[in-house]
Amino acid sequence: MITAERKPLSEIKEMIAPYRKILVVGCGTCVAECAAGGEKEVGLLASALRMDAQRAGRDLDIKEVTLDRQCVYEFIDQLTEFIEQYDAVLSLGCGAGVQAVAEVFPKAIVVPALNTTFVGETKEAGLWVEKCRGCGDCKLGFFAAVCPITSCAKGLFNGPCGGSQDGRCEVDSDTPCAWQLIITRLEESGRLDCLKKVHPAADWSKQQGRGPRRITRDDQRI
Amino acid sequence: MKGESRLKKVLQEGSFAVTAECGPPKGADPRVIEKKGKMLKGFVDSVNVTDNQTGVVRLSSLAACVLLLHGGLDPILQMVTRDRNRIALQSDILGASALGIRNILCLSGDHQSFGNQPQAKGVFDIDSMQLIQLVRQMRDAGVILGGEKLTEPPDLYVGAVENPFADPLSYRVLRLEKKVAAGAEFIQTQCIYNLVRFKEWMEQVRDRGIHEKISILGGITPLKSARMAAYMSDQVAGMDIPDEIIKRMKSVPTDKQRAEGIRIAVETIQALKGMKSVRGVHIMAIEWEEVVPQLVEAAGLTSRPEV
Repeated sequence: MITAERKPLSEIKEMIAPYRKILVVGCGTCVAECAAGGEKEVGLLASALRMDAQRAGRDLDIKEVTLDRQCVYEFIDQLTEFIEQYDAVLSLGCGAGVQAVAEVFPKAIVVPALNTTFVGETKEAGLWVEKCRGCGDCKLGFFAAVCPITSCAKGLFNGPCGGSQDGRCEVDSDTPCAWQLIITRLEESGRLDCLKKVHPAADWSKQQGRGPRRITRDDQRI
Repeated sequence: MKGESRLKKVLQEGSFAVTAECGPPKGADPRVIEKKGKMLKGFVDSVNVTDNQTGVVRLSSLAACVLLLHGGLDPILQMVTRDRNRIALQSDILGASALGIRNILCLSGDHQSFGNQPQAKGVFDIDSMQLIQLVRQMRDAGVILGGEKLTEPPDLYVGAVENPFADPLSYRVLRLEKKVAAGAEFIQTQCIYNLVRFKEWMEQVRDRGIHEKISILGGITPLKSARMAAYMSDQVAGMDIPDEIIKRMKSVPTDKQRAEGIRIAVETIQALKGMKSVRGVHIMAIEWEEVVPQLVEAAGLTSRPEV
């Protein structure tokens, strides 16, 4: 999933300060799973903003909406009937959601309530960990399903570096050494030979591309 | 092309090599390097220049190498993959060779979060293994990544590092083997304090016949104080300082600890000299380069070979 964290309330308040009527839009997919931008978080943020405005004696009109997916036109369309009645949209979607809403409504003022962070997994309650950098050239098959680009602080394809100790990364002792994990997993499944190969320099053009990357699928076009 | 690698010649004729590390200053004054060079000249075969070690901004390794070269030394250019992408790395490899530098040490580099620019973007476009392979490819096949031909290949003796004390232990020798396969010609190891473990590692190296393909130089860092020993042991990952070394440092008064550190270093050098297949030592006296001549003398390595 795409994970995100809510911005500090002070930053959000500053962004919406010029506006009186605010449409707070959540997303029921990734950011709901990571408890940053789902229906519940939309409610909590709206309440906090209302209370704050009340205390400051400011008039603030908020409508709460949570779309199933804020990055897909069919769902964003649900905002069409009332979006014009609002001065600004405060989006609790990921970066893609914020931009998708803005693209659908060219005149709307759309501001983000979240900091989008990474593609990751829910490790345990209250803990999300980054797992994928979207490099566009997945090599997990060589590395016992542990991504060295994401999980090694130096992104080494031929690790480990000399700072691996007691299974921990020298950069952050709370982080397991990705290469220790890779080697242990390959060793346990009798595949240590996989590491004999010197992995060549990666093709980062598949990640950086020429500006935004696209996926084009003719079979999916209507 | 001018000059040849002194280190390569010393190792090829089978002499016990001595290299030392020289850290560039946090400023633009060339005299700091020139002074360190003068101090080391005649006592060592070659001098490593660190590349923004621990992620701290310093005078560039390439520039410092040229200053040493002008002072009549044989510099070893340390090059990390943390700060430059493949375009910059390949360009600097050519530049180094054109300026007369004949040795390169390929590393990934300390993570930027340890230094004074923690907000920097870590490049890591390629890793140290790929850098070794790249320099060899440029030198031997005369082509850059992607296959384009160079008008003139660089002339560099290619080195790498290995830490026999880091984890996973079972994999360290295999990784060394991989560096040899990638094309490394000499290895400088992490500082050795645990001679027992180093000896075991060397045995594994010999068992696999790796010593025949590469020259291994053992790393030496003289301890300045008991505090430094304790700090390195606790805070530096991949550093193995046995308790008896720390106890030995603590057992002497503070003003005698430097002398004790030197004694330990000399004993370690002598042990390495007597160890099969160890081809030399690499002295990393961190911000204490002036101790190198004394160490070399005490270890009986003063007469450097004529090559």
